[in-house]
Amino acid sequence: MSTEEKQLYSVSIYTENNIGLLNRISAIFQRRHINIESLNTSPSEIEGVSKFTIVVNMSEVNIKKILGQIEKQVEVIKSYYHSLDDIIYQIAGLFKIKSELLFEERQIQNIIKESNARIVTVNKDFFVLEKSGKKEEIVELYNKLSPFGIMQFTRSGLIAVTKEEMKISSLLESYNN
Amino acid sequence: MDTQTIKSQKKSIKTTERISGSEAIVRCLIEEGVDILYGYPGGAIMPVYDELYKYQDKIHHVLTRHEQGATHSAQGYARISGKVGVAMATSGPGATNLITGIADAQIDSTPMVCITGQVPSHLLGSDAFQETDIVGISTPVTKWNCQVTRAEDIPEVLAKAFYIAKSGRPGPVLIDITKDAQFNEFDFSYEKCTHVRSYKPVPETDVSKVEEAAKLINAAKKPLIVWGQGIILGEAEEQLKAVVEKAGIPAAWTILGASAIPTSHPLNVGMVGMHGNYAPNILTNECDVLIAIGMRFDDRVTGSLNTYAKQAKVIHFEIDPAEIDKNVKTDVAVLGNSKVSLDLLLPLLEQNSHNEWHQKFKDLYEIEYEKVIKNDLYPTKEGLTMAEVLKEINIQSEGKAAIVSDVGQHQMIACRYADFNVTKSNITSGGLGTMGFGLPAAIGAKMAAPDREVVSISGDGGYQMTIQELGTIFQQKAAVKVVVLNNDFLGMVRQWQQLFFDKRYASTEMVNPNFVAIAEGYYIKARKVTKREDLAEAVAEMMQSKEAYFLEVCVEKEDNVFPMIPSGASVSDIRLE
Repeated sequence: MSTEEKQLYSVSIYTENNIGLLNRISAIFQRRHINIESLNTSPSEIEGVSKFTIVVNMSEVNIKKILGQIEKQVEVIKSYYHSLDDIIYQIAGLFKIKSELLFEERQIQNIIKESNARIVTVNKDFFVLEKSGKKEEIVELYNKLSPFGIMQFTRSGLIAVTKEEMKISSLLESYNN
Repeated sequence: MDTQTIKSQKKSIKTTERISGSEAIVRCLIEEGVDILYGYPGGAIMPVYDELYKYQDKIHHVLTRHEQGATHSAQGYARISGKVGVAMATSGPGATNLITGIADAQIDSTPMVCITGQVPSHLLGSDAFQETDIVGISTPVTKWNCQVTRAEDIPEVLAKAFYIAKSGRPGPVLIDITKDAQFNEFDFSYEKCTHVRSYKPVPETDVSKVEEAAKLINAAKKPLIVWGQGIILGEAEEQLKAVVEKAGIPAAWTILGASAIPTSHPLNVGMVGMHGNYAPNILTNECDVLIAIGMRFDDRVTGSLNTYAKQAKVIHFEIDPAEIDKNVKTDVAVLGNSKVSLDLLLPLLEQNSHNEWHQKFKDLYEIEYEKVIKNDLYPTKEGLTMAEVLKEINIQSEGKAAIVSDVGQHQMIACRYADFNVTKSNITSGGLGTMGFGLPAAIGAKMAAPDREVVSISGDGGYQMTIQELGTIFQQKAAVKVVVLNNDFLGMVRQWQQLFFDKRYASTEMVNPNFVAIAEGYYIKARKVTKREDLAEAVAEMMQSKEAYFLEVCVEKEDNVFPMIPSGASVSDIRLE
């Protein structure tokens, strides 16, 4: 793939935990008129270090420039970009569906079984289905359930770990010296 | 998320004393060596002003006439001294009025700390009187910013602010402090910040990259150096001069790099960019190795990137990794501080003179002289030119004055024709192009360097954007020489209208007031010149004045600045007329 061609990249940003940093990072994308496809913030494997996982559709040549701007921020420790092939990632989807369908529509039970979805809760009015996986798997499940009627649907941001090693701990060690 | 934990510093075991947050702010400024700060009081910052009153023998607060003026004065202070400029304002409108100066300092890498008052923390987000989200607003234009809601966090945050503003590639930092944090008492102690875990201000210089660069430079037949403000910020003037002289390389400068090597130096071949000199622009597209040092390939420097120095190997000496390959693809990138890198480079360079190559610059200069410079400096027409005024200032100051320009035609003329024989002599708004920058910046520069002659040069448009700072000049007795080159037009916009909009002069004609009367209204000596025979004598009188002096020079109304690279054109398509 040429460096000029757009594709989905996952950007992992290790940061100090700080109010306002999300604003600072999202402003870097906004200023360049780049849409954020998904965004997740969470603690990382290192205590006191946060991790942003941002998915954007960009060319490699531009994502490198964006990373330069991100790393320039005082509270950013390090950032990386990966194509989706270079990471192990999951996206979660939640589906809220009328409980009566679970009993009246036999097919729904088969769909749940085949898709490896999990029933999170059931009550007399509705049940909630959870499915984690790649985006396409969640879209596929959505398409299958859609004809029966979905009361609510939501999909999470992408979270990922990389195939290659992340040397944040040793990097922090070197920064401390 | 918990902001209150700032983990960048180790607590010192020092004797402490119980003081208020507002006193701590002033004490921190004194600890950081701040002798002058610029600002404007208001409700949410009043406790700090009360402390400034008590500490006025140690720290001098300059009341500007507008918060924007405070930021530009702080910038002028920083640019001439290399120290961190400090501006202070209250919450709400006071804080938002700082934004233009902050954005200017960000794009021109000027070290500045801005302190704003904020409504008490329990009112945050309640749309309280004079509340504004200044941290949110300033985020995209600050190097760092932070809101403080607890008095005990003040010393650490301010220490960090000064460290971040000054280190690495400098920039503006804004600290927003709630009124309760100013009032509350805590045990004060102060330790300067020397390290922030996630922040690496200066990348290490890779010696092998310097060797690669040296190899390219030694093999070059037609090398060209373009230096920027990185030389001045890195205090690498001597190193640059040594490199230029040893390798015999013609060296050109960006607008913010001006004055790092004297104008009179034989290897100084002038300014690059839109209104730069003919030779360095044309020859950018003929050189075989382009050595960029502490500059960022701004679009006003490069013109069209598709045709910029495509034939050349590009070496980029740069402190900010984000600048590498941002605009121009480099062959060798040498990261690090310019002083360190050039010190490493110098012994690896071979002695050279490149006489033939240098002759090309001289030949092109002759063309520019005949077509442009001669007519600017020695006009045969009746109307005065802006360049004539600069020529007289050069004569009177022996090229040692600090020239503080505003934005527009006069700025380009000032940069083209002023003699810069001392470093840190060209103070101007380069990246942001902020009209109104000049006058307040000159005040800051004069106060930071009272022994230097500081000449503010503005056009009639930009001057009126911050004209109220004449009040600051008067109150502070700042001996700034204020020159307005008046053509009764927003000249640069008019020039573009003439060249690219078929002379449709939409809203560029200025009907101007009596500038002399206004200056005199502020008790500033003032004079107006309309005729050539009065100019030399008037400039001499101004330069000899021990006090502030205002000089209006009425210049030709529809003169244009040439050479010019039309927007989006190639540097080699530079026009002489």
